[in-house]
Amino acid sequence: VWDKSENGDWHCTASWKTHSGSVWRVTWAHPEFGQVLASCSFDRTAAVWEEIVGESNDKLRGQSHWVKRTTLVDSRTSVTDVKFAPKHMGLMLATCSADGVVRIYEAPDVMNLSQWSLQHEISCKLSCSCISWNPSSSRAHSPMIAVGSDDNSPNILAKVQIYEYNENTRKYAKAEALMTVTDPVHDIAFAPNLGRSFHILAVATKDVRIFTLKPVRKELTSSGGLTKFEIHIVAQFDNHNSQVWRVSWNITGTVLASSGDDGCVRLWK
Amino acid sequence: PSQVVPGADPSARQLCFAWGPAEVLVCETLFGHRGGSPSRGEGGPGRALLPGTLTACVAGTGEGGPSSSRLFVVRKDQDIYIQTLRKLFNESHGIFIGLQRSEEELAGKSRKAQLVQVSKNYRSVIRACMEDMHQAAILTRDPALHSQYSTQVSILSAMELIWNLCEILFVEAAAAGPLLLRLLDWVRLHVCDVDNMVHEVLSSENPSKHELFWNVVDVFVLQGRMDEARHLLSKEASANPTSVNMYKILDDLMKKMPVPSLGNTQTLTEMELKWQHWHEECQRYLQDGTFASNSHMESICKILLGDEDAILEKKDLMTTWYHFLVTRLLYSHPTVKPMELRFYAQACMDLFLGGESSPEPLDTILMAAFEFEMHQVIKECSIALSNWWFVAHLTDLLDHCKLLQSHNLYFGSNMREFLLLEYASGLFSHHSLWQLGVDYFDHCPEYGRVYLELHIERIPLNTEQKALKVLRICEQRQMHEQVRSICKIMAMKALRNNRLGSALSWSIRAKDAAFATLISDRFLKDYCESGCFSDLDLIDNLGPSMLLSDRLTFLGKYREFHRLYGEKRFSEAAKLLLMLMTAHIAPCSFWMTLLTDALPLLEQKEVIFSAEQTYELMRCLEDLTAGKSDKQKFQDDDVETMKVEMLRLALARNLARVIVKEGTLEGS
Repeated sequence: VWDKSENGDWHCTASWKTHSGSVWRVTWAHPEFGQVLASCSFDRTAAVWEEIVGESNDKLRGQSHWVKRTTLVDSRTSVTDVKFAPKHMGLMLATCSADGVVRIYEAPDVMNLSQWSLQHEISCKLSCSCISWNPSSSRAHSPMIAVGSDDNSPNILAKVQIYEYNENTRKYAKAEALMTVTDPVHDIAFAPNLGRSFHILAVATKDVRIFTLKPVRKELTSSGGLTKFEIHIVAQFDNHNSQVWRVSWNITGTVLASSGDDGCVRLWK
Repeated sequence: PSQVVPGADPSARQLCFAWGPAEVLVCETLFGHRGGSPSRGEGGPGRALLPGTLTACVAGTGEGGPSSSRLFVVRKDQDIYIQTLRKLFNESHGIFIGLQRSEEELAGKSRKAQLVQVSKNYRSVIRACMEDMHQAAILTRDPALHSQYSTQVSILSAMELIWNLCEILFVEAAAAGPLLLRLLDWVRLHVCDVDNMVHEVLSSENPSKHELFWNVVDVFVLQGRMDEARHLLSKEASANPTSVNMYKILDDLMKKMPVPSLGNTQTLTEMELKWQHWHEECQRYLQDGTFASNSHMESICKILLGDEDAILEKKDLMTTWYHFLVTRLLYSHPTVKPMELRFYAQACMDLFLGGESSPEPLDTILMAAFEFEMHQVIKECSIALSNWWFVAHLTDLLDHCKLLQSHNLYFGSNMREFLLLEYASGLFSHHSLWQLGVDYFDHCPEYGRVYLELHIERIPLNTEQKALKVLRICEQRQMHEQVRSICKIMAMKALRNNRLGSALSWSIRAKDAAFATLISDRFLKDYCESGCFSDLDLIDNLGPSMLLSDRLTFLGKYREFHRLYGEKRFSEAAKLLLMLMTAHIAPCSFWMTLLTDALPLLEQKEVIFSAEQTYELMRCLEDLTAGKSDKQKFQDDDVETMKVEMLRLALARNLARVIVKEGTLEGS
């Protein structure tokens, strides 16, 4: 963990070995919950960490302490991604594993980070590599997760799936699959929603792709209905000329950053 | 354009990144080296592709040996010029706000005059900044800094040049006649390369003998500065009595040259007629060979006649194609109409550059302005300049002149708003200029608010003052969710650092009942453990905010009890204590403590609790002990049982005394 000091320099304030396999991803929770991190690893676990304010000596030496609050051991395979849900949903996180299971956990008491309960288990049928929560806090949108897969199997199943929370069944159900994405997906990211009625999703696969998902009016006949989406691809960039590993949006969703196997980071506006 | 990240190890280290509030953090990773799955490939040399002015520098290194990765901070190269441009940002902010609030009701001429004044204000701010930057360049000893400042000065100069032209053509919308005069002013103001030479000649002892004398005369003529040219020529005339005649004629011609007037003293047609006559007169003198013996004066006469080749010969004195354009117009079409400019402009640029060099970005921008393609001007400027300041403010001004049709961009907001949003977003990465950004967002009707909401949550709240400042801004705009969120974050931070008082006041401000309850519990717990309260001031002065949560109310009232006791107002204290239990303000877990607090009151010499109150206390004690199961009673340690026993005894004793007291008649 690196901290930025008063004069703008970065210092490494904590470094510790804990998982028994490679750590794939780390992610921060919203500062409203304190200084909280989650990590996921090849060792089939995900963990939640909290910073403990230590002795003043440590502060002077520029060190901070992190304590493991909980270990999530439900997965039977490598956990490939962990992401906190948008803060308006409370203290919630999602993990996805190589065996295709997405798990959603919630800490009902935000002051007690050691109590997490498994709320949902979604089986995606494809090995998962990444997830992204839709950050929109608008009441018009139900909670939504996009799941990407880097499955190498020869089936041409869509490698990006969208799951939406159904108020009636109180479960997450598959709303859409992006049929045009058939290559392994390494990263996926919803853009911040600035009051748009539609969603924007960036996908890192053999190139950079940006999709819009326009909700089509929910069918009144189906029971509380899943939203149907109109999917359009609005951009496709193959400048990396190689696998694209990460995509990430800036705060206003106006710039997308991507990194790829050509060793470059590109900014798209 | 790509930027190589210095020091990035080319041997198979990939780069991963994350967005920060103002910068991108780029970090080397060892993906693919060991421990990873084979599908993750190896990376190439570390490179980050970034728009123009971003620079990368090594920010820090992890501890340890060769396996340590390095972290790079990539940010816009703002450090150098943010300092000197601060004045520009601050003052233009003031002008911007003034413009937004200005009288829309003023119509026609007065509104136009107002807008022109705003434009002039912006330009004077740019010039002031240029001056400062120029001074800084002179004073610095660091050659790298010097070149950076000098670059900035030339960029600012170009900005002012463009703005000035836009002011003439768009804001003031000068009509034929005054248009030329404005353009002449514009050229005189901006082509300064010759100033040194002019100064040198004028300040020499004998200007007419100076080798550059004729150059300076030519400069004056090219810039239409007739009086100054005539003045110099008169010196030459006195030195050469033989050519007095020639000088007289030339002087006369120059004196008589008709120029467009600013006032309404003549119509265009009148002026054109006069000009035609004058032109013919010049023509006659030239053809008669009046100036044949002096090549300099002959070339001046040709210039007066608007002879393209003669003017072009003086290319070096004009230095730019737009100077050439204006000179040509002065001497061939002084009553040029705005819409005709584009034809002359293109022709002049082609002639001047002559196929030797191609137009630079500045030339393209100016050309677009002459062609009245406002959108093109804005677009080209956006591309050429590294920061949004210029296009944002200029577009806003043009929008106020009602010159821009709504150019809808994909997410629905128009160009003015788009540029302002970009500019203001950039300001938010600065630790104090973000406050200016707030005002800009306020004046973006469509997306301003949501952009502000997103940005304001991410301002690093290093100090309480900053947090309070941010909060005030949010509260003024009824951004309740942001207020709540910021207070929550500050409360959390305080709680983690064990500053309970601070945490409590933040949660009160956030109106966060749940959190307030939690902190009150902590206070009470600390009290039980240590026997005293921290942050007394805060708790004593809670006032109506006490009602935010039951636990908080209890905390406040409990503290009040202690205060009353301290002030020896025992009966009030006793009443309060009892009320806390009977009104169920106190949580059950705390009743034991409260009853224990009652002990000293029961043991006082004076009887404090009335009979009824004593009965109430007894009932509370029984409720408390009855609630426990037999098993629990068995497990209670001796201290607990002793306490209960003591209480029972004290209560009984008090009851006895009070029955007697209340039964006794006073006085007898």
